[in-house]
Amino acid sequence: MPDTLTQSADQNEPRAGGALQEFVAFRIGAQEFCVDIMSVREIRGFSPATPIPHAPSFVHGFINLRGTVLPIVDLAQRLGFAPIEPTERSVTIVALAHGVVFGLLVDGVSDILTVDESALQPPPDITGEVARRFISEVMSIDGRMLSVIDVDHVMPQLAGAA
Amino acid sequence: MSLTILTIDDSRTMRDMLNAALTPSGFTVVQAEDGEHGVEVLDGMEREPDVIITDINMPRKDGFAFIEDVRADPRHRATPILVLTTESDAEKKQRARAAGATGWIVKPFDQDKLIAAIRRVAAYSG
Amino acid sequence: MDAMEAIRQTFFEECAEQLVEVETGLLAFQDGEADDETIDGVFRGVHSIKGGAGAFHLDALVAFAHAFETVLDELRSKRIEPDETFVRLTLRSADALSDLVAAARDGETADTAKSDALLAELEAVTGSADEKAEADEDGFAFQPVTVDVSTLFGAEAGETTYTIAFRPHDKLYARANDSMTFLRELSTMGEMQVTCDTEALPLLADIDPEAAYFGFVVTLTGTLEAEDIRAVFEFVEDDCELQIDAASTDDADASFEMELATPDEADLLVLQAMLDGTDQDEEAIEATDEHASFADTEGVGAGDPDTAPESALESDPAQSGISRSSGSEAGKREPEPSRQQDPEPAKDPSVSTPAGGKKEAGKPTKAAAGQTIRVDLDRVDRLIDLVGELVIHQVMLSQRAVEAGLTRTCDVATGFEELEQLTRELQDSVMAIRAQPVKSVFQRLPRLVREVAEIAGKRVRLVTQGEWTEVDKTIIEKLSDPLTHMIRNAIDHGLETPEDRVVAGKPEEGTVRVSAGQRSGRIVIEIGDDGAGIKRDKVRDIAIEKGLVSPAAKLTDDEIDNLIFMPGFSTASGVSELSGRGVGMDVVRQSIQSLGGRVTITSEPGKGSKFTMSLPLTLAVLDGMIVTAGDETIVVPLSMIVETMRPKATEVRRFGGEARLINVRDRFLPLIDVGLLLGYRDRPGDPTAGVVILVEMENGDRAALLVDGIQGQRQVVIKSTETNYGMIPGVGGATILGDGRVALILDVDRLVTCSREAGHSLDPATLQAAE
Repeated sequence: MPDTLTQSADQNEPRAGGALQEFVAFRIGAQEFCVDIMSVREIRGFSPATPIPHAPSFVHGFINLRGTVLPIVDLAQRLGFAPIEPTERSVTIVALAHGVVFGLLVDGVSDILTVDESALQPPPDITGEVARRFISEVMSIDGRMLSVIDVDHVMPQLAGAA
Repeated sequence: MSLTILTIDDSRTMRDMLNAALTPSGFTVVQAEDGEHGVEVLDGMEREPDVIITDINMPRKDGFAFIEDVRADPRHRATPILVLTTESDAEKKQRARAAGATGWIVKPFDQDKLIAAIRRVAAYSG
Repeated sequence: MDAMEAIRQTFFEECAEQLVEVETGLLAFQDGEADDETIDGVFRGVHSIKGGAGAFHLDALVAFAHAFETVLDELRSKRIEPDETFVRLTLRSADALSDLVAAARDGETADTAKSDALLAELEAVTGSADEKAEADEDGFAFQPVTVDVSTLFGAEAGETTYTIAFRPHDKLYARANDSMTFLRELSTMGEMQVTCDTEALPLLADIDPEAAYFGFVVTLTGTLEAEDIRAVFEFVEDDCELQIDAASTDDADASFEMELATPDEADLLVLQAMLDGTDQDEEAIEATDEHASFADTEGVGAGDPDTAPESALESDPAQSGISRSSGSEAGKREPEPSRQQDPEPAKDPSVSTPAGGKKEAGKPTKAAAGQTIRVDLDRVDRLIDLVGELVIHQVMLSQRAVEAGLTRTCDVATGFEELEQLTRELQDSVMAIRAQPVKSVFQRLPRLVREVAEIAGKRVRLVTQGEWTEVDKTIIEKLSDPLTHMIRNAIDHGLETPEDRVVAGKPEEGTVRVSAGQRSGRIVIEIGDDGAGIKRDKVRDIAIEKGLVSPAAKLTDDEIDNLIFMPGFSTASGVSELSGRGVGMDVVRQSIQSLGGRVTITSEPGKGSKFTMSLPLTLAVLDGMIVTAGDETIVVPLSMIVETMRPKATEVRRFGGEARLINVRDRFLPLIDVGLLLGYRDRPGDPTAGVVILVEMENGDRAALLVDGIQGQRQVVIKSTETNYGMIPGVGGATILGDGRVALILDVDRLVTCSREAGHSLDPATLQAAE
């Protein structure tokens, strides 16, 4: 009996003391990505942005986040894909890195994952050049394959600081 | 029981310095900004301070007048008063003593000497 | 920041306040308006600076402050007859003191040439060469002098036994000293034994509770010197008989025996109690108690200082229930409960005087001290931000209500109106937190005027007005430089020399008048002089000569006067020391405009000139013109706008490739297509379908901005775009509009510069946010 209990605990709740990480998983097109929940401030629906003059194409514009002027990055374009066509399901993930707050525009948030760090692997070499700059790790869960986005590198002005 | 010290000085710098020297050593510091304020604060205190430290040159009521007032009040006549001043000349010291000062500390003071002087005059050494 | 650094900061803040008080007082003295209290205040200010400086070992500052203070003390005690030279010396000393403080604050080495010279002058006044010696003594007067007595007595280095005979006078207790405390302190210095000499004690009936009857003989053995012991009695040297004798360890017992010669029974009893640390027969002790509580001292005899306080507490008569016959103790450390609860505050009439109710009445100085709090600026800014949001949301909500079809008269609409009023009031109140009186800037002017007048060889009287006018802290900080330049200009160029003034039938002394006031939501500062006024012919000639205006241009008097703000314009015909280090008025205009302000000059020949500068009350909000460019809404700062116009097709000319010029009253100005420049539009807009906004840049140049339309004017809350993003060429910030959208605020100067540098299309590759 005690053995069974221990085992079931191991399966459902990963070992106490083992490094667990939580991730917010989301979609861009057909691909799945995620970000460390520790860098996520909130998740909100799409709202139209004010274009920023002379900004790189992946910078969607500014939105008003309760009084903060928040720059929004079209993560699809940042990763080298076609720009996101905003729909009702489009979502802005508000992230914080090095004291800078910004939004990541994605196609939709799927769920929140609790993952043992052993499930994380370095990204394979085959990933595209552009995407590799922003993908720190990949993980495989229940047959799903997710790439972990390193938010530190998404905003251009943070690239140097990170 | 920690000793309660009433410090009276019109200079914020000096009040801060006294506070910084005394509080970490376990004293409870109550502050006033001039002689007149000092009398008000003293009268408002629930328990008599163990020692009063006062500056001499202050607006509204100077240190001499403050000491005289305190000594004239039976409730405070036995409260030790240390005069804190840059005046080191005998005349000022003599006037302070005549007014009823218990002792003196010369500015700039160092923390150890300040505390030694307080302990020297306090009824209980804390 | 550690505690010491924080105090250091406080010290310099306080120095600044004291320097102001010193200068204000000396100026009042100069004008013959000073009473004794003013001089006392000046003395106290210098004295306080010296005191604080000593604590931070700022020796140069201490030395100078000491000399200055000594002179002021002479003045205070009326030992000096002040003449004009003397007053000027004190003012110059105040200036030098201020410099020394600044140098100390910034960690620089002060230019001592000036202060040394003054120091000599100051010392000459008091005529004391021994001043220096006295100053040195200050710091060391109470440091115990180390004398190795053990060598004097031929004893071995190490422990020495001292016999201390100590007999307090009545006065010792009157000054709240206590024999017990000395014994306690001595007990911490070595092995101690105490005998009490009660010989002088009268019969109980004859005891005066305020008198001192006991003497003490202490033998103390330890590694210490006679001076250490003397130091314990430092405060009471004059209030007691004190004799300290050193003896070798061997002699200790003999000496002790000698002192104990013929103890009577009471002595033995007391002695026994003290030595044993027992509380046997406390009543006997109490009976002979005078000021020093023997219950307290009993721990001393045990030779363990640590237990002394505790046993003192335990044996406190109040706790042990022993009744006291001596009345002296009651009034001492244990005020009777009835007294403590006495509702009457005090007998002293001065105590019931409300704070500041005396001569300081009406002056917001010390009295206000207790009513202010120091708040971190970040917190205030956060509050201002939040209130800004509240205002925006309130506007949005009202708009939604209207969109939802609510009539203006319904209850909800009325409620919104009240809400709007409240939020506006809240915004004003919050803005007021950041507001400070311009006094802090005005305070520096007297010195400036003195120095400039001296260099320019003019005689000047400064009159200030409206120094309590409040304006945002950030603006105050940036006000100083332009104000300084304008005052320099007024004295150097505006005022005539004393000789010329006499010829013109004016008093020798010129007047510079600086006033501040609020006018329609802005602060207006005027700097006027009663000099010769602007020589318009000369100004016009110079402007033509330098190619600033065309010889054919018809200019009004006003336009000519304001030519002095054009870059490269300078009327200085001879190079004075002031013009040499000064900057042109164009720089003044630039710095005022960067604060969202404007500056103009008016002049009347022979009567004088007047600069008028108007500034926003805050940098947190901005008066803007809301315009549309390429489907986007943009805010143009109102302070930059000269006029708006609808151009005719004939007024616009092509110039080179894409560039266009617009003819505004015979002047061709570059036409800047805002929508195109910001990338909101792919192709140039049609000028005849849009609106041209004529702007004046910080350097005085004008340009024409082409936008699609004007929505209106309003105050907007300024938000940073750099916090979370970065620099955007041509954009100074952003705001949030009533519909909740973000709108960019133009940085007109940078926009125009960008358009010049990059033709009409900026290259995104070079201007990308930072990548």
